[in-house]
Amino acid sequence: MPDNADAAATDEIELVGVDKIFKTLDGDVAALDPIDLCVARGEFLVLLGPSGCGKTTILRIIAGLLGPSNGTVKIGGRDLWVRGRRDDKAVQELGIVFQDASLFPWFSVEQNIALPLRLRGASRRAQRDKARELCKLVGITGFEKRWPRELSGGMRQRAAIARALSYDPEILLMDEPFGALDAMTRDQMNLELQRIWLDRGCTIVFVTHSIPEAVFLGDRIVLLSPRPGRINSITDVPFDRSRRMEVQTDPAFQTIVKDLRGRLEAM
Amino acid sequence: MTFPRVPLTWITTPVLIILFLLGWDLYVTWFEISKFILPRPISVFDGLVELFATPSTYRHTWVTTYETVAGFAIATVIGIGLGAVLGKVPWLERTLNPFIIATQVVPKVALIPLFILWFGFGPESKIIVSAVIAFFPILTNTLLGIKSVDFGQRDVMTSLNAGKWQTFVTLEFPSALPAILTGMEVGIVLAIIGAVVGEYLGGSEGLGYLAVATLAAYKVNLLFAVIILLTAVGFVLYIAMVSVRRFVIPWHESVLIERQQVAG
Repeated sequence: MPDNADAAATDEIELVGVDKIFKTLDGDVAALDPIDLCVARGEFLVLLGPSGCGKTTILRIIAGLLGPSNGTVKIGGRDLWVRGRRDDKAVQELGIVFQDASLFPWFSVEQNIALPLRLRGASRRAQRDKARELCKLVGITGFEKRWPRELSGGMRQRAAIARALSYDPEILLMDEPFGALDAMTRDQMNLELQRIWLDRGCTIVFVTHSIPEAVFLGDRIVLLSPRPGRINSITDVPFDRSRRMEVQTDPAFQTIVKDLRGRLEAM
Repeated sequence: MTFPRVPLTWITTPVLIILFLLGWDLYVTWFEISKFILPRPISVFDGLVELFATPSTYRHTWVTTYETVAGFAIATVIGIGLGAVLGKVPWLERTLNPFIIATQVVPKVALIPLFILWFGFGPESKIIVSAVIAFFPILTNTLLGIKSVDFGQRDVMTSLNAGKWQTFVTLEFPSALPAILTGMEVGIVLAIIGAVVGEYLGGSEGLGYLAVATLAAYKVNLLFAVIILLTAVGFVLYIAMVSVRRFVIPWHESVLIERQQVAG
Protein backbone atom coordinates (compact mmCIF):
# COMPACT_ATOMS: atom_id res chain seq x y z
CA MET A 1 0.00 0.00 0.00
CA PRO A 2 1.24 3.47 -0.71
CA ASP A 3 3.49 4.57 2.04
CA ASN A 4 3.89 8.32 1.77
CA ALA A 5 7.47 8.51 3.04
CA ASP A 6 8.58 5.82 0.60
CA ALA A 7 6.42 7.03 -2.26
CA ALA A 8 7.81 10.56 -2.12
CA ALA A 9 11.15 9.18 -3.30
CA THR A 10 9.65 7.68 -6.45
CA ASP A 11 7.41 10.06 -8.31
CA GLU A 12 5.57 8.30 -11.10
CA ILE A 13 4.22 11.48 -12.64
CA GLU A 14 5.84 14.88 -12.35
CA LEU A 15 4.40 18.14 -13.68
CA VAL A 16 6.58 21.24 -13.43
CA GLY A 17 5.21 24.64 -14.48
CA VAL A 18 2.71 23.04 -16.83
CA ASP A 19 0.16 25.44 -18.28
CA LYS A 20 -2.16 25.52 -21.26
CA ILE A 21 -3.05 28.54 -23.33
CA PHE A 22 -5.62 28.21 -26.11
CA LYS A 23 -5.33 30.67 -28.97
CA THR A 24 -8.69 32.04 -30.04
CA LEU A 25 -9.85 34.86 -32.29
CA ASP A 26 -10.28 37.06 -29.21
CA GLY A 27 -6.69 36.46 -28.16
CA ASP A 28 -5.09 33.96 -25.84
CA VAL A 29 -7.21 32.22 -23.23
CA ALA A 30 -5.43 30.57 -20.32
CA ALA A 31 -7.15 27.25 -19.62
CA LEU A 32 -4.57 26.29 -17.04
CA ASP A 33 -2.22 28.45 -14.96
CA PRO A 34 1.25 26.99 -14.35
CA ILE A 35 0.86 23.90 -12.20
CA ASP A 36 3.36 21.83 -10.23
CA LEU A 37 2.16 18.39 -9.27
CA CYS A 38 3.75 15.09 -8.31
CA VAL A 39 2.02 11.75 -8.17
CA ALA A 40 3.77 9.03 -6.17
CA ARG A 41 4.12 5.48 -7.43
CA GLY A 42 1.08 3.44 -6.42
CA GLU A 43 -0.85 6.51 -5.32
CA PHE A 44 -4.53 7.09 -5.97
CA LEU A 45 -4.74 10.78 -6.80
CA VAL A 46 -8.04 12.51 -7.46
CA LEU A 47 -8.43 15.72 -9.45
CA LEU A 48 -11.59 17.38 -8.18
CA GLY A 49 -13.24 20.56 -9.37
CA PRO A 50 -16.18 22.23 -11.07
CA SER A 51 -16.48 22.29 -14.85
CA GLY A 52 -14.01 24.61 -16.52
CA CYS A 53 -11.34 24.08 -13.86
CA GLY A 54 -9.03 22.32 -16.32
CA LYS A 55 -9.07 18.91 -14.66
CA THR A 56 -9.65 17.15 -17.95
CA THR A 57 -7.00 19.38 -19.55
CA ILE A 58 -4.46 18.25 -16.94
CA LEU A 59 -5.39 14.63 -17.50
CA ARG A 60 -5.12 14.96 -21.28
CA ILE A 61 -1.71 16.58 -20.89
CA ILE A 62 -0.52 13.72 -18.68
CA ALA A 63 -2.02 11.29 -21.21
CA GLY A 64 -0.04 12.87 -24.03
CA LEU A 65 -3.24 13.69 -25.94
CA LEU A 66 -2.64 17.42 -25.49
CA GLY A 67 0.69 19.23 -25.47
CA PRO A 68 1.30 21.71 -22.65
CA SER A 69 2.01 25.30 -23.70
CA ASN A 70 4.87 25.51 -21.19
CA GLY A 71 6.48 23.33 -18.56
CA THR A 72 7.57 19.71 -18.46
CA VAL A 73 5.74 16.45 -17.89
CA LYS A 74 7.65 13.40 -16.72
CA ILE A 75 6.25 9.89 -16.69
CA GLY A 76 8.35 7.43 -14.69
CA GLY A 77 11.25 9.87 -14.98
CA ARG A 78 10.99 10.16 -18.78
CA ASP A 79 10.08 13.39 -20.51
CA LEU A 80 6.68 12.91 -22.17
CA TRP A 81 7.26 15.65 -24.73
CA VAL A 82 10.59 15.86 -26.47
CA ARG A 83 10.87 18.90 -28.76
CA GLY A 84 7.12 18.97 -29.35
CA ARG A 85 6.90 15.25 -30.08
CA ARG A 86 5.37 12.68 -27.80
CA ASP A 87 7.75 10.04 -26.46
CA ASP A 88 6.12 6.74 -27.34
CA LYS A 89 8.04 4.87 -24.64
CA ALA A 90 6.60 7.13 -21.93
CA VAL A 91 3.10 6.73 -23.33
CA GLN A 92 3.34 2.94 -23.07
CA GLU A 93 3.12 3.22 -19.31
CA LEU A 94 -0.29 4.88 -19.55
CA GLY A 95 -3.72 3.31 -19.64
CA ILE A 96 -6.64 5.66 -20.19
CA VAL A 97 -10.32 5.29 -19.36
CA PHE A 98 -12.56 7.91 -20.93
CA GLN A 99 -15.83 9.38 -19.73
CA ASP A 100 -17.88 7.47 -22.28
CA ALA A 101 -16.34 4.04 -22.56
CA SER A 102 -15.35 4.67 -26.23
CA LEU A 103 -15.48 0.99 -27.04
CA PHE A 104 -15.52 0.10 -30.74
CA PRO A 105 -19.02 -1.16 -31.55
CA TRP A 106 -17.77 -3.40 -34.37
CA PHE A 107 -15.58 -5.42 -32.01
CA SER A 108 -16.85 -7.89 -29.44
CA VAL A 109 -16.14 -7.10 -25.80
CA GLU A 110 -13.20 -9.48 -25.93
CA GLN A 111 -11.76 -7.87 -29.07
CA ASN A 112 -12.18 -4.43 -27.53
CA ILE A 113 -10.27 -5.43 -24.42
CA ALA A 114 -7.53 -7.02 -26.50
CA LEU A 115 -7.29 -4.07 -28.94
CA PRO A 116 -4.08 -2.65 -27.42
CA LEU A 117 -2.44 -6.09 -27.64
CA ARG A 118 -3.63 -6.52 -31.21
CA LEU A 119 -2.05 -3.19 -32.14
CA ARG A 120 1.19 -4.44 -30.62
CA GLY A 121 1.03 -7.57 -32.74
CA ALA A 122 0.28 -10.09 -29.98
CA SER A 123 -0.91 -13.51 -31.14
CA ARG A 124 -4.64 -14.19 -31.25
CA ARG A 125 -4.25 -16.70 -28.48
CA ALA A 126 -2.42 -14.25 -26.24
CA GLN A 127 -5.10 -11.65 -26.95
CA ARG A 128 -7.90 -14.04 -26.03
CA ASP A 129 -6.22 -15.32 -22.88
CA LYS A 130 -5.54 -11.81 -21.64
CA ALA A 131 -9.09 -10.68 -22.42
CA ARG A 132 -10.49 -13.66 -20.48
CA GLU A 133 -8.27 -12.91 -17.51
CA LEU A 134 -9.27 -9.23 -17.50
CA CYS A 135 -12.98 -9.97 -17.92
CA LYS A 136 -12.67 -11.98 -14.73
CA LEU A 137 -10.79 -9.18 -12.97
CA VAL A 138 -13.38 -6.52 -13.83
CA GLY A 139 -16.33 -8.85 -13.34
CA ILE A 140 -17.80 -9.27 -16.83
CA THR A 141 -17.02 -12.95 -17.39
CA GLY A 142 -19.59 -14.48 -19.73
CA PHE A 143 -19.92 -11.34 -21.86
CA GLU A 144 -16.73 -11.82 -23.89
CA LYS A 145 -18.54 -12.46 -27.17
CA ARG A 146 -21.21 -9.77 -26.84
CA TRP A 147 -21.31 -6.49 -28.73
CA PRO A 148 -20.60 -3.43 -26.53
CA ARG A 149 -24.10 -2.17 -27.34
CA GLU A 150 -25.61 -5.15 -25.57
CA LEU A 151 -23.93 -4.17 -22.29
CA SER A 152 -25.18 -1.81 -19.60
CA GLY A 153 -23.34 1.47 -18.99
CA GLY A 154 -21.55 0.08 -15.94
CA MET A 155 -20.44 -3.03 -17.79
CA ARG A 156 -19.16 -0.96 -20.70
CA GLN A 157 -16.98 1.02 -18.30
CA ARG A 158 -15.71 -2.23 -16.79
CA ALA A 159 -14.74 -3.32 -20.30
CA ALA A 160 -13.04 0.04 -20.89
CA ILE A 161 -11.04 -0.40 -17.67
CA ALA A 162 -10.08 -3.90 -18.76
CA ARG A 163 -8.89 -2.52 -22.12
CA ALA A 164 -6.77 0.11 -20.36
CA LEU A 165 -5.22 -2.61 -18.18
CA SER A 166 -4.56 -5.07 -21.02
CA TYR A 167 -0.92 -4.12 -21.52
CA ASP A 168 -0.20 -3.80 -17.79
CA PRO A 169 0.44 -0.06 -17.66
CA GLU A 170 2.00 1.44 -14.56
CA ILE A 171 -0.44 4.31 -14.59
CA LEU A 172 -4.19 4.45 -15.06
CA LEU A 173 -5.68 7.80 -16.08
CA MET A 174 -9.43 8.06 -15.62
CA ASP A 175 -11.54 10.97 -16.87
CA GLU A 176 -14.86 10.96 -14.97
CA PRO A 177 -15.29 7.30 -15.85
CA PHE A 178 -18.43 6.83 -13.77
CA GLY A 179 -19.97 10.26 -14.41
CA ALA A 180 -22.74 8.87 -16.61
CA LEU A 181 -23.73 6.04 -14.26
CA ASP A 182 -26.57 5.99 -11.75
CA ALA A 183 -25.67 6.46 -8.08
CA MET A 184 -25.93 2.80 -7.08
CA THR A 185 -23.89 1.50 -10.00
CA ARG A 186 -21.40 4.25 -9.31
CA ASP A 187 -20.89 3.14 -5.68
CA GLN A 188 -20.39 -0.39 -6.86
CA MET A 189 -17.91 0.67 -9.53
CA ASN A 190 -15.97 2.69 -6.95
CA LEU A 191 -15.61 -0.41 -4.79
CA GLU A 192 -14.58 -2.47 -7.80
CA LEU A 193 -12.06 0.12 -8.90
CA GLN A 194 -10.50 0.15 -5.42
CA ARG A 195 -10.26 -3.64 -5.53
CA ILE A 196 -8.65 -3.60 -8.99
CA TRP A 197 -6.21 -0.88 -7.92
CA LEU A 198 -5.21 -2.82 -4.78
CA ASP A 199 -4.86 -5.97 -6.88
CA ARG A 200 -2.72 -4.29 -9.54
CA GLY A 201 -0.76 -1.85 -7.43
CA CYS A 202 -0.80 0.72 -10.25
CA THR A 203 -0.86 4.50 -9.96
CA ILE A 204 -4.22 6.12 -10.64
CA VAL A 205 -5.08 9.70 -11.56
CA PHE A 206 -8.85 10.02 -11.36
CA VAL A 207 -10.87 13.04 -12.49
CA THR A 208 -14.29 13.67 -10.96
CA HIS A 209 -16.66 16.43 -9.91
CA SER A 210 -18.26 14.32 -7.17
CA ILE A 211 -16.91 15.13 -3.71
CA PRO A 212 -17.98 11.86 -2.00
CA GLU A 213 -16.48 9.85 -4.85
CA ALA A 214 -13.23 11.79 -4.55
CA VAL A 215 -13.01 11.28 -0.77
CA PHE A 216 -13.95 7.63 -0.97
CA LEU A 217 -11.35 6.78 -3.63
CA GLY A 218 -8.45 9.15 -3.16
CA ASP A 219 -5.25 9.01 -1.17
CA ARG A 220 -4.92 12.69 -1.99
CA ILE A 221 -7.44 15.08 -3.48
CA VAL A 222 -6.24 17.95 -5.62
CA LEU A 223 -8.98 20.59 -5.61
CA LEU A 224 -8.89 22.83 -8.68
CA SER A 225 -10.52 26.21 -9.13
CA PRO A 226 -11.73 27.42 -12.50
CA ARG A 227 -10.91 30.09 -15.10
CA PRO A 228 -8.05 29.73 -15.37
CA GLY A 229 -7.52 26.32 -13.80
CA ARG A 230 -5.19 26.32 -10.79
CA ILE A 231 -4.62 24.21 -7.71
CA ASN A 232 -6.77 25.45 -4.84
CA SER A 233 -5.71 22.94 -2.20
CA ILE A 234 -4.45 19.40 -1.70
CA THR A 235 -6.21 17.23 0.88
CA ASP A 236 -4.87 13.98 2.36
CA VAL A 237 -7.47 11.29 2.98
CA PRO A 238 -6.30 9.10 5.88
CA PHE A 239 -8.75 6.16 5.84
CA ASP A 240 -7.37 2.65 5.72
CA ARG A 241 -7.66 0.39 2.70
CA SER A 242 -9.61 -1.32 1.62
CA ARG A 243 -12.35 1.16 2.33
CA ARG A 244 -15.94 0.05 2.57
CA MET A 245 -18.99 2.07 1.64
CA GLU A 246 -19.75 2.54 5.36
CA VAL A 247 -16.71 4.81 5.65
CA GLN A 248 -18.95 7.50 4.16
CA THR A 249 -20.90 7.69 7.43
CA ASP A 250 -17.68 8.20 9.43
CA PRO A 251 -17.63 11.73 11.00
CA ALA A 252 -14.06 12.24 9.75
CA PHE A 253 -15.26 11.45 6.21
CA GLN A 254 -18.09 13.95 6.60
CA THR A 255 -15.63 16.58 7.83
CA ILE A 256 -13.46 16.23 4.72
CA VAL A 257 -16.53 16.35 2.46
CA LYS A 258 -17.80 19.47 4.25
CA ASP A 259 -14.42 21.17 4.05
CA LEU A 260 -14.14 20.48 0.30
CA ARG A 261 -17.70 21.61 -0.30
CA GLY A 262 -17.00 24.84 1.56
CA ARG A 263 -13.93 25.49 -0.59
CA LEU A 264 -15.86 24.75 -3.78
CA GLU A 265 -18.64 27.14 -2.81
CA ALA A 266 -16.12 29.85 -1.97
CA MET A 267 -14.71 29.77 -5.53
CA MET B 1 -48.70 -2.52 -28.42
CA THR B 2 -49.32 -6.09 -29.57
CA PHE B 3 -48.78 -6.96 -33.20
CA PRO B 4 -50.08 -10.11 -34.84
CA ARG B 5 -47.40 -12.76 -35.32
CA VAL B 6 -47.58 -12.45 -39.10
CA PRO B 7 -45.96 -9.18 -40.25
CA LEU B 8 -48.61 -6.63 -41.20
CA THR B 9 -47.01 -6.11 -44.62
CA TRP B 10 -47.88 -9.71 -45.60
CA ILE B 11 -51.49 -8.61 -45.59
CA THR B 12 -51.28 -4.98 -46.68
CA THR B 13 -48.98 -5.51 -49.68
CA PRO B 14 -51.18 -8.10 -51.55
CA VAL B 15 -54.34 -6.13 -50.72
CA LEU B 16 -52.82 -2.92 -52.13
CA ILE B 17 -51.63 -4.71 -55.27
CA ILE B 18 -55.08 -6.21 -55.88
CA LEU B 19 -56.76 -2.83 -55.33
CA PHE B 20 -54.31 -1.21 -57.74
CA LEU B 21 -54.94 -3.82 -60.47
CA LEU B 22 -58.72 -3.55 -59.99
CA GLY B 23 -58.61 0.25 -60.26
CA TRP B 24 -56.41 -0.01 -63.35
CA ASP B 25 -58.77 -2.47 -65.07
CA LEU B 26 -61.88 -0.44 -64.19
CA TYR B 27 -60.25 2.72 -65.50
CA VAL B 28 -59.30 1.10 -68.84
CA THR B 29 -62.73 -0.51 -69.40
CA TRP B 30 -64.89 2.43 -68.22
CA PHE B 31 -63.06 5.10 -70.14
CA GLU B 32 -62.36 2.82 -73.14
CA ILE B 33 -58.64 3.56 -73.16
CA SER B 34 -56.85 2.37 -76.30
CA LYS B 35 -54.73 -0.75 -75.78
CA PHE B 36 -51.86 1.14 -77.41
CA ILE B 37 -51.98 3.64 -74.56
CA LEU B 38 -52.74 1.44 -71.59
CA PRO B 39 -53.47 -2.29 -71.96
CA ARG B 40 -55.62 -4.14 -69.42
CA PRO B 41 -53.81 -5.97 -66.60
CA ILE B 42 -54.85 -9.33 -68.02
CA SER B 43 -53.28 -8.38 -71.35
CA VAL B 44 -50.08 -7.43 -69.54
CA PHE B 45 -50.19 -10.82 -67.86
CA ASP B 46 -50.42 -12.43 -71.31
CA GLY B 47 -47.45 -10.29 -72.30
CA LEU B 48 -45.48 -11.63 -69.32
CA VAL B 49 -46.30 -15.21 -70.30
CA GLU B 50 -45.18 -14.49 -73.86
CA LEU B 51 -42.01 -12.82 -72.58
CA PHE B 52 -41.02 -15.75 -70.41
CA ALA B 53 -41.77 -18.16 -73.26
CA THR B 54 -39.29 -16.33 -75.50
CA PRO B 55 -35.75 -17.76 -75.04
CA SER B 56 -33.98 -14.47 -75.89
CA THR B 57 -35.60 -12.82 -72.82
CA TYR B 58 -33.18 -14.65 -70.55
CA ARG B 59 -30.24 -13.50 -72.60
CA HIS B 60 -31.44 -9.87 -72.36
CA THR B 61 -32.03 -10.20 -68.61
CA TRP B 62 -28.57 -11.61 -68.13
CA VAL B 63 -26.95 -8.82 -70.16
CA THR B 64 -28.67 -6.07 -68.14
CA THR B 65 -27.83 -7.76 -64.83
CA TYR B 66 -24.23 -8.26 -65.89
CA GLU B 67 -23.83 -4.63 -67.00
CA THR B 68 -25.40 -3.36 -63.78
CA VAL B 69 -23.33 -5.54 -61.47
CA ALA B 70 -20.09 -4.86 -63.36
CA GLY B 71 -20.71 -1.10 -63.39
CA PHE B 72 -21.66 -1.17 -59.74
CA ALA B 73 -18.55 -3.15 -58.83
CA ILE B 74 -16.32 -0.60 -60.56
CA ALA B 75 -18.19 2.26 -58.88
CA THR B 76 -17.81 0.58 -55.49
CA VAL B 77 -14.08 -0.03 -55.78
CA ILE B 78 -13.31 3.47 -57.06
CA GLY B 79 -15.87 5.17 -54.80
CA ILE B 80 -14.61 3.57 -51.61
CA GLY B 81 -10.95 3.84 -52.60
CA LEU B 82 -11.10 7.48 -53.62
CA GLY B 83 -13.43 8.34 -50.72
CA ALA B 84 -11.02 6.84 -48.22
CA VAL B 85 -8.03 8.65 -49.72
CA LEU B 86 -9.84 12.00 -49.87
CA GLY B 87 -11.12 11.50 -46.34
CA LYS B 88 -7.57 11.03 -45.09
CA VAL B 89 -5.91 13.74 -47.18
CA PRO B 90 -7.83 17.02 -46.71
CA TRP B 91 -5.72 19.08 -49.13
CA LEU B 92 -6.34 16.55 -51.89
CA GLU B 93 -10.06 16.69 -51.17
CA ARG B 94 -10.04 20.49 -51.42
CA THR B 95 -8.07 20.32 -54.67
CA LEU B 96 -10.20 17.67 -56.37
CA ASN B 97 -13.59 18.67 -55.01
CA PRO B 98 -14.54 21.10 -57.85
CA PHE B 99 -13.75 18.45 -60.45
CA ILE B 100 -15.68 15.73 -58.67
CA ILE B 101 -18.69 18.00 -58.34
CA ALA B 102 -18.36 18.97 -62.01
CA THR B 103 -18.53 15.32 -63.08
CA GLN B 104 -21.76 15.04 -61.11
CA VAL B 105 -23.60 18.16 -62.23
CA VAL B 106 -23.00 17.29 -65.87
CA PRO B 107 -26.21 15.53 -66.95
CA LYS B 108 -24.70 12.09 -67.41
CA VAL B 109 -27.53 10.87 -69.60
CA ALA B 110 -26.40 13.47 -72.11
CA LEU B 111 -22.96 11.87 -72.06
CA ILE B 112 -24.25 8.43 -73.00
CA PRO B 113 -24.01 9.01 -76.78
CA LEU B 114 -20.41 10.03 -76.18
CA PHE B 115 -19.69 6.84 -74.22
CA ILE B 116 -21.28 4.83 -77.01
CA LEU B 117 -19.08 6.65 -79.49
CA TRP B 118 -15.97 5.87 -77.42
CA PHE B 119 -16.73 2.39 -76.16
CA GLY B 120 -19.05 1.00 -78.82
CA PHE B 121 -22.54 -0.46 -78.82
CA GLY B 122 -21.59 -3.46 -76.71
CA PRO B 123 -21.92 -3.88 -72.94
CA GLU B 124 -18.72 -1.91 -72.24
CA SER B 125 -20.34 1.48 -72.80
CA LYS B 126 -23.29 0.55 -70.54
CA ILE B 127 -20.98 -0.70 -67.81
CA ILE B 128 -19.16 2.61 -67.90
CA VAL B 129 -22.38 4.66 -67.82
CA SER B 130 -23.56 2.53 -64.92
CA ALA B 131 -20.29 2.99 -63.04
CA VAL B 132 -20.18 6.76 -63.59
CA ILE B 133 -23.73 7.23 -62.30
CA ALA B 134 -23.40 4.89 -59.29
CA PHE B 135 -19.98 6.17 -58.25
CA PHE B 136 -20.90 9.51 -56.69
CA PRO B 137 -23.15 8.46 -53.77
CA ILE B 138 -20.62 5.78 -52.82
CA LEU B 139 -17.79 8.31 -52.86
CA THR B 140 -19.60 10.97 -50.84
CA ASN B 141 -20.86 8.51 -48.25
CA THR B 142 -17.41 6.97 -47.82
CA LEU B 143 -15.93 10.43 -47.43
CA LEU B 144 -18.55 11.41 -44.87
CA GLY B 145 -18.08 8.15 -42.96
CA ILE B 146 -14.29 8.46 -42.79
CA LYS B 147 -14.53 12.06 -41.61
CA SER B 148 -17.24 11.40 -38.99
CA VAL B 149 -15.15 9.18 -36.73
CA ASP B 150 -15.91 9.75 -33.04
CA PHE B 151 -13.32 11.91 -31.24
CA GLY B 152 -13.32 9.66 -28.16
CA GLN B 153 -12.52 6.62 -30.29
CA ARG B 154 -9.75 8.59 -32.04
CA ASP B 155 -8.33 9.43 -28.61
CA VAL B 156 -8.23 5.72 -27.81
CA MET B 157 -6.13 5.03 -30.90
CA THR B 158 -3.88 8.04 -30.26
CA SER B 159 -3.29 7.00 -26.67
CA LEU B 160 -2.35 3.52 -27.88
CA ASN B 161 0.24 4.89 -30.31
CA ALA B 162 -1.61 3.36 -33.24
CA GLY B 163 -0.14 3.91 -36.69
CA LYS B 164 -2.04 5.50 -39.59
CA TRP B 165 -2.78 2.18 -41.29
CA GLN B 166 -3.80 0.53 -38.01
CA THR B 167 -6.14 3.44 -37.30
CA PHE B 168 -7.66 3.10 -40.75
CA VAL B 169 -8.19 -0.64 -40.53
CA THR B 170 -9.42 -0.92 -36.94
CA LEU B 171 -11.23 2.40 -36.54
CA GLU B 172 -11.90 4.56 -39.58
CA PHE B 173 -13.00 1.97 -42.10
CA PRO B 174 -15.32 -0.04 -39.80
CA SER B 175 -16.72 3.22 -38.45
CA ALA B 176 -17.48 4.37 -42.01
CA LEU B 177 -19.05 1.07 -43.11
CA PRO B 178 -22.69 1.94 -42.29
CA ALA B 179 -22.40 5.13 -44.36
CA ILE B 180 -20.60 3.27 -47.17
CA LEU B 181 -23.36 0.66 -47.32
CA THR B 182 -26.00 3.40 -47.52
CA GLY B 183 -24.09 4.87 -50.46
CA MET B 184 -23.97 1.44 -52.10
CA GLU B 185 -27.73 0.98 -51.64
CA VAL B 186 -28.32 4.21 -53.55
CA GLY B 187 -25.57 3.24 -56.00
CA ILE B 188 -27.06 -0.12 -57.02
CA VAL B 189 -30.35 1.55 -57.99
CA LEU B 190 -28.51 4.18 -60.02
CA ALA B 191 -26.40 1.46 -61.65
CA ILE B 192 -29.55 -0.21 -62.99
CA ILE B 193 -30.78 3.10 -64.36
CA GLY B 194 -27.40 3.68 -66.03
CA ALA B 195 -27.40 0.28 -67.72
CA VAL B 196 -31.02 0.50 -68.93
CA VAL B 197 -30.77 4.06 -70.25
CA GLY B 198 -27.55 3.06 -72.01
CA GLU B 199 -29.43 0.21 -73.69
CA TYR B 200 -32.27 2.54 -74.69
CA LEU B 201 -29.90 4.76 -76.56
CA GLY B 202 -27.76 2.26 -78.37
CA GLY B 203 -27.07 -1.42 -78.82
CA SER B 204 -29.02 -4.57 -79.51
CA GLU B 205 -29.05 -6.35 -76.18
CA GLY B 206 -30.52 -5.98 -72.72
CA LEU B 207 -33.91 -5.23 -71.24
CA GLY B 208 -33.64 -1.54 -72.11
CA TYR B 209 -33.17 -2.47 -75.76
CA LEU B 210 -36.05 -4.96 -75.49
CA ALA B 211 -38.34 -2.20 -74.16
CA VAL B 212 -37.52 0.02 -77.11
CA ALA B 213 -37.96 -2.88 -79.54
CA THR B 214 -41.41 -3.86 -78.18
CA LEU B 215 -42.53 -0.24 -78.37
CA ALA B 216 -41.37 -0.02 -81.96
CA ALA B 217 -43.49 -3.11 -82.68
CA TYR B 218 -46.53 -1.50 -80.95
CA LYS B 219 -46.66 -4.38 -78.50
CA VAL B 220 -47.54 -2.17 -75.57
CA ASN B 221 -48.59 -5.06 -73.32
CA LEU B 222 -45.16 -6.60 -73.92
CA LEU B 223 -43.53 -3.27 -73.05
CA PHE B 224 -45.35 -3.35 -69.73
CA ALA B 225 -44.15 -6.92 -69.22
CA VAL B 226 -40.55 -5.82 -69.85
CA ILE B 227 -40.95 -2.99 -67.34
CA ILE B 228 -42.25 -5.47 -64.76
CA LEU B 229 -39.29 -7.75 -65.43
CA LEU B 230 -36.91 -4.79 -65.08
CA THR B 231 -38.54 -3.89 -61.79
CA ALA B 232 -38.10 -7.45 -60.60
CA VAL B 233 -34.41 -7.46 -61.57
CA GLY B 234 -33.92 -4.14 -59.76
CA PHE B 235 -35.75 -5.44 -56.74
CA VAL B 236 -33.61 -8.56 -56.51
CA LEU B 237 -30.38 -6.57 -56.85
CA TYR B 238 -31.49 -4.00 -54.27
CA ILE B 239 -32.64 -6.63 -51.78
CA ALA B 240 -29.34 -8.47 -52.25
CA MET B 241 -27.47 -5.24 -51.50
CA VAL B 242 -29.59 -4.42 -48.45
CA SER B 243 -29.26 -7.88 -46.95
CA VAL B 244 -25.48 -7.54 -47.11
CA ARG B 245 -25.84 -5.03 -44.26
CA ARG B 246 -26.81 -7.77 -41.84
CA PHE B 247 -23.59 -9.66 -42.48
CA VAL B 248 -21.17 -6.78 -42.85
CA ILE B 249 -22.28 -4.66 -39.88
CA PRO B 250 -24.19 -6.96 -37.51
CA TRP B 251 -23.15 -4.63 -34.68
CA HIS B 252 -24.84 -1.53 -36.06
CA GLU B 253 -28.07 -0.01 -34.69
CA SER B 254 -29.83 -0.34 -38.06
CA VAL B 255 -29.36 -4.13 -37.84
CA LEU B 256 -29.91 -4.51 -34.09
CA ILE B 257 -33.18 -2.57 -34.22
CA GLU B 258 -34.41 -4.71 -37.10
CA ARG B 259 -33.57 -7.82 -35.10
CA GLN B 260 -35.42 -6.54 -32.05
CA GLN B 261 -38.48 -5.80 -34.16
CA VAL B 262 -38.46 -9.29 -35.57
CA ALA B 263 -38.03 -10.74 -32.08
CA GLY B 264 -40.73 -8.49 -30.61
